[in-house]
Amino acid sequence: MKILVPVKRVIDYNVKIRVNAEGSAVETNNVKMSMNPFDEIAVEEAVRLKEAGIAEEIIIVSIGDKGAQETIRTAFAMGGDRGVHILTDKNTEPLVVAKILKEIVVKENVDLVILGKQAIDDDSNQTGQMLAAILDWPQGTFASKLDIDGKKIKVVREIDGGLETLEMTIPAIITTDLRLNEPRYASLPNIMKAKRKEISEVNIDDLKIDTKNRLEVLKVSEPAIREGGRKVEDVDELIKMLKNEAGVI
Amino acid sequence: MALDNQDFVIFLSTIEKFVKEKLIPREEEVVKTNKIPESIISEMKNLGIFGLSIPTEYGGSNLSMLQEVKIAFELGKAAPAFRSIAGTNIGIGSQTIVMSGTEKQKEKYLPKFATGEIIGSFALTEPDAGSDAMSIQTKAEKIGNKYIINGTKRYITNAPMADVFSVMARTKPEKSSSSISCFLVDASLNGITIGEPDSKMGQRGAITSDVIFENCEVSEEALLGNKEGIGFKTAMKVLDRGRLHISAICVGLAERLLQESLNYSTHRKQFGQTISSFQLIQAMIADSQSDILAAKGLILNAALKRDKNENITLESSCAKLFSSEMLGRIADRAVQIHGGAGYMSEYPVERLYRDARLFRIYEGTSQIQQLIIARETINNFLKS
Repeated sequence: MKILVPVKRVIDYNVKIRVNAEGSAVETNNVKMSMNPFDEIAVEEAVRLKEAGIAEEIIIVSIGDKGAQETIRTAFAMGGDRGVHILTDKNTEPLVVAKILKEIVVKENVDLVILGKQAIDDDSNQTGQMLAAILDWPQGTFASKLDIDGKKIKVVREIDGGLETLEMTIPAIITTDLRLNEPRYASLPNIMKAKRKEISEVNIDDLKIDTKNRLEVLKVSEPAIREGGRKVEDVDELIKMLKNEAGVI
Repeated sequence: MALDNQDFVIFLSTIEKFVKEKLIPREEEVVKTNKIPESIISEMKNLGIFGLSIPTEYGGSNLSMLQEVKIAFELGKAAPAFRSIAGTNIGIGSQTIVMSGTEKQKEKYLPKFATGEIIGSFALTEPDAGSDAMSIQTKAEKIGNKYIINGTKRYITNAPMADVFSVMARTKPEKSSSSISCFLVDASLNGITIGEPDSKMGQRGAITSDVIFENCEVSEEALLGNKEGIGFKTAMKVLDRGRLHISAICVGLAERLLQESLNYSTHRKQFGQTISSFQLIQAMIADSQSDILAAKGLILNAALKRDKNENITLESSCAKLFSSEMLGRIADRAVQIHGGAGYMSEYPVERLYRDARLFRIYEGTSQIQQLIIARETINNFLKS
């Protein structure tokens, strides 16, 4: 089985997010970047499937600027086998990403795609679903447990009020939830071994697909600062305030 | 060949995560049990921490000095006991073999040091020989093709879990560096007794104890470099690297203490405001931040010089003196900023304050560093 794992380079989850001076985007200059945590879980799951003898090859793909190579190399150190880097300086929205991934899935004859359920930068939570739709493959989203037996996949999903178990056949799309596994660290010996693994670089413009974004970000702003509460002396004062200041009664 | 920059950035980020997610949350447990959890040690081995400085042909990663100190800046943020378990493998234990070991000794020990399969321990200090290291009494007498070692070593880090000791022993009676040799002694040999773990001010989890040699028989192949009289000299030569490493650990711990102080002072309210808005608190924060950046600059500069193979005896002693002293000041301010809470074990600064105290003492006390710095500075002047 061949598994494709897309990984996204995002602002590190420990960094305090700031809006840029123009209010057009989140500030990314001089900010620590790392692999989207849900994608780490996806890489880990693929590596475990390979260790269990279920998968033969894990292809890592990332879309982005030169820095994306570092993210691919991190996935290599965790156990990915080879990489595809789609080079672009532009932001790519979920539909564009899904279309690019479809190209790779078809070209590489992939049997299973494991993706993070969402990226922690834009929280879109769409790419996996869109990819399933355009490939017309079954999807198991928000997976918290995965069992593969031959061509059959059992996916346990955490939903409101309990667990839901789905069964589907390969080829399929899986998106990972937080509790699927605990990803391993990229160890130094494995980082060094990963040096020999290859990344093929493809310019986004060389793909024969429409990569035009359909969405436009109009404005990015910080959440409103929450005002502190106030203490009142007695019920009368409370009623007065609800009437006069809050205007709710 | 050192690790290329992209790969190094990936590893540095692994270490940052490991310290934050795995080490810091288990500090209290280490204090309670006086032991580093096995799962942590095995994860440190897997991550490659034991083999940082060992050449790649022996299974290590051969980090440059600059890379090693950047890793130490991060490791230093967790309680020092965690790093201590790998300290000899990274530092003096492996580096003396790299510099002076025979090919056979390198092949026997370095690959296992690199993976952490064996834990090293460096045995120099004795009841009557601390700063005056050249006056050690432990003797190694040659009889046939064997050496018989007799003597007591004190405050030996990692002694109970060590697989191999680098033992400094006298092979000649004269008080001279060429009278002292180094022996690589397997801990399983007869004639070695490990004392009870010492009861210390801080750094619980980092175990030190006496190691007593009574007619301990070692083969002549245990002699470092297969040559008498080079052990002490080699140890002195690899000290530069060790001092920079320790200095960088001081910076990490100082950064942690400043973080703890900032967390506290930006939340704690007195007189109706957070205490970080008071200028007398701000002065302590400013002094601490300046101290940290000064030490960092000193260390990075010395590391760059060492990577160019320049002599850094002066710089590494300056770094050790300044970094350990500034750590002492910052630990003291951290407790002060916390006020009464800083004296309570409930807050980590109380414990880190005690942990920090050791850095001005081991790997050469501040006073020994001053002697070296003065000697080097005066000699440089006289030579110029």
